[in-house]
Amino acid sequence: MSTFGLIWANLFRKRTRTTLTLLSLVIAFLLFVLLRAIAAAFAGGVSLSGMDRLVVEGRYSRIDSMPLSHMYQIRGIDGVELVTHESWFGGVYQDPKNFFAQFSVQPLDYFAMYDELQIDPAVLEKFVRTRTGTVAMESLVEKYGWRVGDMIPLNTTIWQKDDGSTLWEFELLGTFVNPGGIQGLQLMLIHHDYVDEAAAFRKARVGGFLVRVEDSDRAAEISAAIDDMFKNSSDPTRTATEDESNRQLANSLGDMGFITTMILSAVFFTIVLLTGNTMAQSLRERIPEIAVLKTLGFSDLRVSWLMMSEALMLCAVGGALGVGLALLLEPGLNQNLSGVLGRFEMTWQTIATALGLALLVGVVIGLLPAVTAKRLTIADALRKG
Amino acid sequence: MGLVTCIDVEKSFVKGKETVEVLTGINLDIEEGDFIALMGPSGSGKTTLLNLIGGLDHPTAGTVEVGGKPLKDMSGRALAKWRSENIGFIFQFYNLLPVLSAQRNVELPLLLTKLTRKQRQKHAATVLEIVDLADRAKHKPGELSGGQQQRVAIARAIVADPTLLVCDEPTGDLDRQTADEILGLLETLNRDHGKTIIIVTHDPKAADHAKHILHMDKGKLVAEVPA
Repeated sequence: MSTFGLIWANLFRKRTRTTLTLLSLVIAFLLFVLLRAIAAAFAGGVSLSGMDRLVVEGRYSRIDSMPLSHMYQIRGIDGVELVTHESWFGGVYQDPKNFFAQFSVQPLDYFAMYDELQIDPAVLEKFVRTRTGTVAMESLVEKYGWRVGDMIPLNTTIWQKDDGSTLWEFELLGTFVNPGGIQGLQLMLIHHDYVDEAAAFRKARVGGFLVRVEDSDRAAEISAAIDDMFKNSSDPTRTATEDESNRQLANSLGDMGFITTMILSAVFFTIVLLTGNTMAQSLRERIPEIAVLKTLGFSDLRVSWLMMSEALMLCAVGGALGVGLALLLEPGLNQNLSGVLGRFEMTWQTIATALGLALLVGVVIGLLPAVTAKRLTIADALRKG
Repeated sequence: MGLVTCIDVEKSFVKGKETVEVLTGINLDIEEGDFIALMGPSGSGKTTLLNLIGGLDHPTAGTVEVGGKPLKDMSGRALAKWRSENIGFIFQFYNLLPVLSAQRNVELPLLLTKLTRKQRQKHAATVLEIVDLADRAKHKPGELSGGQQQRVAIARAIVADPTLLVCDEPTGDLDRQTADEILGLLETLNRDHGKTIIIVTHDPKAADHAKHILHMDKGKLVAEVPA
């Protein structure tokens, strides 16, 4: 037997109790890693980023549409290199759970704006020519098993056709990728001209404008110039860099960092109380045994360290299992949530924080038993035992 | 000078506002290789004296020396180390760790030595053979009878080869026949292995196995009787 064997045996003296405690630790650390990943996904935003790109939206709400004519006025502002537009389509594929991002765009301008997106020029040319066509990210096409030439039906509550129908069909023309971007991001682009022509209302209106500036240092100045230009119009604007816009979107859903921190604080406060109680109970049951260990020659410090090691081992195993479980779930969650959250990944930083936290919880719950064991007087403990 | 020497030893406990004198004026000399039975009524201070000799407690006054070393001069850590090397303890209720097998209970004191895992296992197996429990090595205390548990406790007490065995009512929880077997085993350890043994007992038949019997009453040694 080794000292490790002694610690392990003591830890599992009440198997059911230890297993349940371990389970609560596993769940706590699983939650920790998942919620941190969700908070990071929100902080990271759902779109592609660039400091030289501005997003122009309705001043009072990002769901307000704006006249397409704004685009031509923005083009005239000094320092603006390129302007295009995008409109949220909001469709679902076959079933409401099959939700992913779709935008109606002007193909050439859009791919010029997002030059990090890679698309076969032949596919792009076909997309420009085919008004009922669509292109989608490879990850999305793989997820649903689509093939080029398939008709993709999308049901949207936002865009109603002239005939009253909300079901739209688009022919898949090809795929595009974003090699340096978010893995698993699911994005589909459709032709603005088709939607604009077939829609019953909101004609010649778009959801927002994308502006590329010649010099990113002038982004703030140009943003102000755009908003100034429309401030007295019936459709005033709010312009921000793409990063800032993404942060605003995330914050509109709530301060996810704060929310997750509060949830995790409550979880870990409860865990410390529960696990601490288990350790204290275990100590009370073993006072005569601790006295025997001291009688046999185990020093106060050594006995104290044994108690602390039990708490550390319990939390380390719970933390490691929780993190391991989260890593096992990551690919599935990433596949299912990346379309909504953008990036759902567990960083090594999060994993290291979780394991560090596990050790910290171990120290906190092990402290009282360790100090009590250290102070235990052999003769008194044997008498009480 | 003997192996154990007590000089004017006194021990008192404070209970609330009252001080209770448990031992007064204890002077004692135990030779190496002796087998002493410490007898007396409950509350006469037998276990307290045993605790002082075993280095589990400190006297209020006086000196306890074991092997020429005054125990009061040792730090807590040094005293723990000294206990692990020199003293074997046997208790009335065995005090084995219920989560460990007999073999592992016996190995416990060896965790404090520099022996390798294999050496520890070998030592434990050897002493389990001495106490005739080799076939129960894998059993946990809950799976053993009282007598077998006490044999494991004896094996644990002797595995580090201490000079002195202190036994607090080692047969107090056993039937007559099992008690005689345990006392026979202690006699063998004394006679064949040269262990110095001090046992606290209420049982005159148990005391008969000792070479000397010390009587205590009201915290004092009142008589020494050759067995």
